[in-house]
Amino acid sequence: MAKSSDQNKAFGWAANDKSGVLSPFHFSRRENGDDDVTVKILFCGVCHSDLHTIKNDWGFSHYPIIPGHEIVGIATKVGKNVTKFKEGDRVGVGVIIGSCQSCESCNQDFENYCPQLVYTYNSRSSDGTRNQGGYSDKIVVDQRFVLSFPDGLPSDSGAPLLCAGITVYSPMKYYGMTEEKGKHLGVSGLGGLGHIAVKIGKAFGLKVTVISRSSDKESEAIDRLGADSFLVTTDSQKMKDSFGTMDFVLDTVSAEHSLLPLFGLLKVNGKLVALGLPEKPLELPIFPLVLGRKMVGGSQIGGMKETQEMLDFCAKHNIVADIELIKMSDINSAMDRLAKSDVRYRFVIDVANSINSA
Amino acid sequence: MQRLGEKYQSVEAFGWAARDSSGHLSPFVFSRRETGEEEMRVKVLYCGVCHSDLHCLKNEWHSSIYPLVPGHEIVGEVTEIGRKVSKFSIGDKIGVGCIVDSCRACESCREDQENYCTKSVATYNGVHYDGTVNYGGYSDHIVVDERYAVKIPHTLPLASAAPLLCAGISMYSPMKYFGLAGPGKHIGIVGLGGLGHIGVRFAKAFGSKVTVVSSTAGKSKDALEIFEADGFLVSTDEDQMQAAMGTMDGIIDTVSASHPILPLIGLLKPSGKLVLLGATEKPFDLHAFSLILGRKSIAGSAIGGIKETQEMINFAAEHGIKAEIETISMEYVNTAMDRLAKGDVRYRFVIDIANTLAVTRS
Repeated sequence: MAKSSDQNKAFGWAANDKSGVLSPFHFSRRENGDDDVTVKILFCGVCHSDLHTIKNDWGFSHYPIIPGHEIVGIATKVGKNVTKFKEGDRVGVGVIIGSCQSCESCNQDFENYCPQLVYTYNSRSSDGTRNQGGYSDKIVVDQRFVLSFPDGLPSDSGAPLLCAGITVYSPMKYYGMTEEKGKHLGVSGLGGLGHIAVKIGKAFGLKVTVISRSSDKESEAIDRLGADSFLVTTDSQKMKDSFGTMDFVLDTVSAEHSLLPLFGLLKVNGKLVALGLPEKPLELPIFPLVLGRKMVGGSQIGGMKETQEMLDFCAKHNIVADIELIKMSDINSAMDRLAKSDVRYRFVIDVANSINSA
Repeated sequence: MQRLGEKYQSVEAFGWAARDSSGHLSPFVFSRRETGEEEMRVKVLYCGVCHSDLHCLKNEWHSSIYPLVPGHEIVGEVTEIGRKVSKFSIGDKIGVGCIVDSCRACESCREDQENYCTKSVATYNGVHYDGTVNYGGYSDHIVVDERYAVKIPHTLPLASAAPLLCAGISMYSPMKYFGLAGPGKHIGIVGLGGLGHIGVRFAKAFGSKVTVVSSTAGKSKDALEIFEADGFLVSTDEDQMQAAMGTMDGIIDTVSASHPILPLIGLLKPSGKLVLLGATEKPFDLHAFSLILGRKSIAGSAIGGIKETQEMINFAAEHGIKAEIETISMEYVNTAMDRLAKGDVRYRFVIDIANTLAVTRS
């Protein structure tokens, strides 16, 4: 296994403690091994998980942490065993960079459920390397975990698809939401995940209702994102009228919230997919599950094959994220705004053009 | 106060009812309606004692209407049929389970899932469309629309078939719907009581591998020797539970009291499903991570539709599946309820109505 080398110096922005404040950080990447692709990073999306991790919200952060797992760049070096990519190719790296490659999940192309999954950042590889993410100038990744970025998909607004996009695409397929046009999908939370879910849902021919705490985003949801309707959870009459009308609900909200009204919105046999990663347990009411054979399921990103399929699908249907492009030096204020959900709908760092001047 | 429809209740009936939330049952004379065109009058032969009967007698769900005649695991013989009845004849042995009517028009009803119709009518303590309250199977006869009855094949012994009408279908339905029935599948069954023990028998008949998960180590012998489960886990034994993590395709949880589900989610393989049958008022704690990290899910299930109940009965007849029962007299029922409350039954009480009810009428 290739080891870190002074020859492969790298530079990024890291958090050093749970204040989450990011600052310049010099480190090195491993030398490019036979199966590796070295990627010069062009853009990196800012995922809410990045914020949770740098603040140690989930309790397993190991500092210093360079976050970032929505990476788009150019392959600058490929190892001799690399067949899928060549220098100069536009590539993507998402949430995972390693797995055991021999368990049932890996063999079924669902590396995301491998018990020995290695995340792009805040993780340790089997050779002991501490992995650092995409808020940096380059990354070295095993070819199995590199994606081909399709022509027609812009690097900047396509970057968030590598986490947000696959996080909604995978459960939509697995839980049967894409099998029949005309089914009714509720998208709870209109943020990074939610807004892409609306676009992908419409591309699959679903009727889409956005479910939100406030009406602020209503006209955007309908006029720009193409949602069919908008439901404010505090409008009890409208909620009641919508009870039993949805085949599926994708819940992207990570803040504490009640699942009871979401179950109410589902038809009999309806499915609620929980994607948000809250700090504390949610309350699960049992009666609605039993009386209506309803279900709550989880999902985590997607396998590599599926992620490629999703990128190709989005390229075909012109689905990209709605982004606000920022400089590396703006990252801390962007994180403050993200904490208040003040972004429409994903920050993307223009890494290549701003990392060195930072 | 006479409810609308009561003036049409002209046929005398006799059963045992509770008058209040003490749940104490005693003889009760009442009346049933005349047999409608699409209905049958059924002499009750046996009635299973379901834990729901006990919950309802004690008004634990705060919706009990007294006097309350429970019983929704009814096996009987048809004694009279309305002129439009086509599926049954006089003398047929039939079963009636937990519902005796539904709206017949909604999507659930049209898809043979009357059990999920929001207007389904319960066999007892339910309000019939004519406004009268339904009295259940702890009685000498019932009147039921043919659509909500199933035929009992002659190869199934009647007394041990009774629990299939609620416990049986409650286990059969989710095993089929959630894809857990069949060779290569490993099912966990939590709780070895009325539902659990029948579930083990169905699962084995499907060819699935079955592990019983129980808080009572003493049930291990029965689980393995009588019901032929492949394994037994004591849920409070951390080492056993840890060793079994990530091994099950699905778990059917029959426990009705509030209990931690995180250890059960841990037993599931990736994409595994935990199906809850016991509806508790108090919400459970849901650790979203536990579902997200393995694409696992938690669902509920409630009995099954009538068509599926018939399919289940036929399957049971074909595979010789019956409940493990303790047959009791009508008089014994209060003692049986006390024992049921303590889990002291192996594994379902069934009341021999035909032979022991009439004699209690003084």
